[in-house]
Amino acid sequence: MKRGLTFLSLLVALPWAAYAGPADSGDTAWILTSTALVLFMTLPGLALFYGGLVGSKNVLSVLMQCFAITSLVSLLWLAGLYSVAFAEGNGFMGGFSKAMFAGMGTQSLTGTIPEAAFALFQLTFAVITPALIVGAFAERMKFSAMLIFSGLWVAVVYAPVTHWVWGGGWLGEMGLLDFAGGTVVHITAGVAALVAALVVGPRRTFPRTSTPPHNMTMTVTGAGMLWVGWFGFNGGSALGANGSSAMAMLVTHISAAAGSLAWMALEWRKFGKPSVLGIVTGMVAGLGTITPACGFVGPGGALLIGLIAGVVCFNATNLIKVRLKIDDSLDVFPVHGVGGIIGTLMAGFFASTELGVFSGFGFGKGIESLGQQLMVQATGVLATGVYAGVVSFGLFKLTDALVGLRVDEEQEVMGLDLTQHEERGYIL
Amino acid sequence: MKKIEAIIKPFVLDPVKDALKEIEIYGMTVTEVKGFGQQKGHTELYRGAEYQIDFVPKTRIEIVVPDAKVEAAIEAICQAAGSGKIGDGKIFVSPVETAIRIRTGERGESAL
Repeated sequence: MKRGLTFLSLLVALPWAAYAGPADSGDTAWILTSTALVLFMTLPGLALFYGGLVGSKNVLSVLMQCFAITSLVSLLWLAGLYSVAFAEGNGFMGGFSKAMFAGMGTQSLTGTIPEAAFALFQLTFAVITPALIVGAFAERMKFSAMLIFSGLWVAVVYAPVTHWVWGGGWLGEMGLLDFAGGTVVHITAGVAALVAALVVGPRRTFPRTSTPPHNMTMTVTGAGMLWVGWFGFNGGSALGANGSSAMAMLVTHISAAAGSLAWMALEWRKFGKPSVLGIVTGMVAGLGTITPACGFVGPGGALLIGLIAGVVCFNATNLIKVRLKIDDSLDVFPVHGVGGIIGTLMAGFFASTELGVFSGFGFGKGIESLGQQLMVQATGVLATGVYAGVVSFGLFKLTDALVGLRVDEEQEVMGLDLTQHEERGYIL
Repeated sequence: MKKIEAIIKPFVLDPVKDALKEIEIYGMTVTEVKGFGQQKGHTELYRGAEYQIDFVPKTRIEIVVPDAKVEAAIEAICQAAGSGKIGDGKIFVSPVETAIRIRTGERGESAL
């Protein structure tokens, strides 16, 4: 106990990066656990969630894409992208001093946790972000094109934007509030997904007879794993086991519950039935939207954020898919992109300590008014969204020139499982 | 001897089977099939997007009966499978030249 108090006083007295004691075992244990939870979100959570939503002839292709992205991004993170995101550099990208995790030993610390734990925790975020984009071009993208695009995208979009926000870059310095990745993860992936849908084009059958989800049971299983895994995603982003991580988990849970019920209620009213896909999609919307806000807002704010997430993302999905007829096949932009945008803005609002029962825990470093905070949040949304959109467009065009983005019509009709992998998901 | 082929809604299979049992028709072949008639398909909604399902799941039963039982069998099936709504299904009757019980080699109606 006395030793613990000494740690605390050290933490208060010294700047964060200069802390040089041994790793805090409680913090370390929680981040190691969170790391496993976040990897679990991709494998198998997101893979199953997406896998159930496509046709039975494409289920393996989606599982394979999530798996291959996990392996590929992990090695790229080791090779240099961790360094681009988190090494010392300028405001826009880190240098290459930490390429191949240079200088990382068992004694290296980031804050109060081993740097190995920090680097691995962040790796799992780098993995799930491009895996989210897969939903936009499902059922028609060549596997080779998917690999090339995902690798380039993590290098050119994800790693630098991470540096901007969390690695000591310009947005973080400005006081942008993004606790667990509303801009870094959800806006970048969501906007890239919208660009993907526009550049790759719709599935051949869209919108008239597109295949409905082939296995909703699988989708609900994956959705449940996402909810559980998100505790690590948001709770772990406190980078310690403390009041901040506990509050982040609590508000995350409240927002997920509110988002799922909001979506269910709207669907019930508009279409006559409360659907299973509706309630789980509302959950994802609630989770994505609370992500940037979760360390800064209180339970009352989380309730409103979740409800607003359900309503806005529900209408965004209808707008994109049904009215604008853009085949973002698994609705990545309206759920993650829109959720990330409104969540980042609402983080600025509900961080205010003057909202009564809806109060949060205060603005970013050096920010004094709600208006100023909202300007910073809007800057973060615009900068990450525009950058991700423009660069993703370029990367899709480059990939198209290299190998072509789409499979041909016959392959699309036969399904990606057989034509890309020579396997079938089900032999019944 | 006639073959009666009935395409019915899957959930009326048990009542149809029981009704046929009551008039002492004990054998049948059942297949799960998909198709459409006047009912056409139906639509399903996923996240607000409509999906047109053209082929509706149905159950096909096949029985072979002596000429004398044909009308009774048709009536039993219509009674058990009919709801008066579109999509109840159809019955097709066709002549069968002969039937053979493989175990004994019996032929004709005694093989049924």
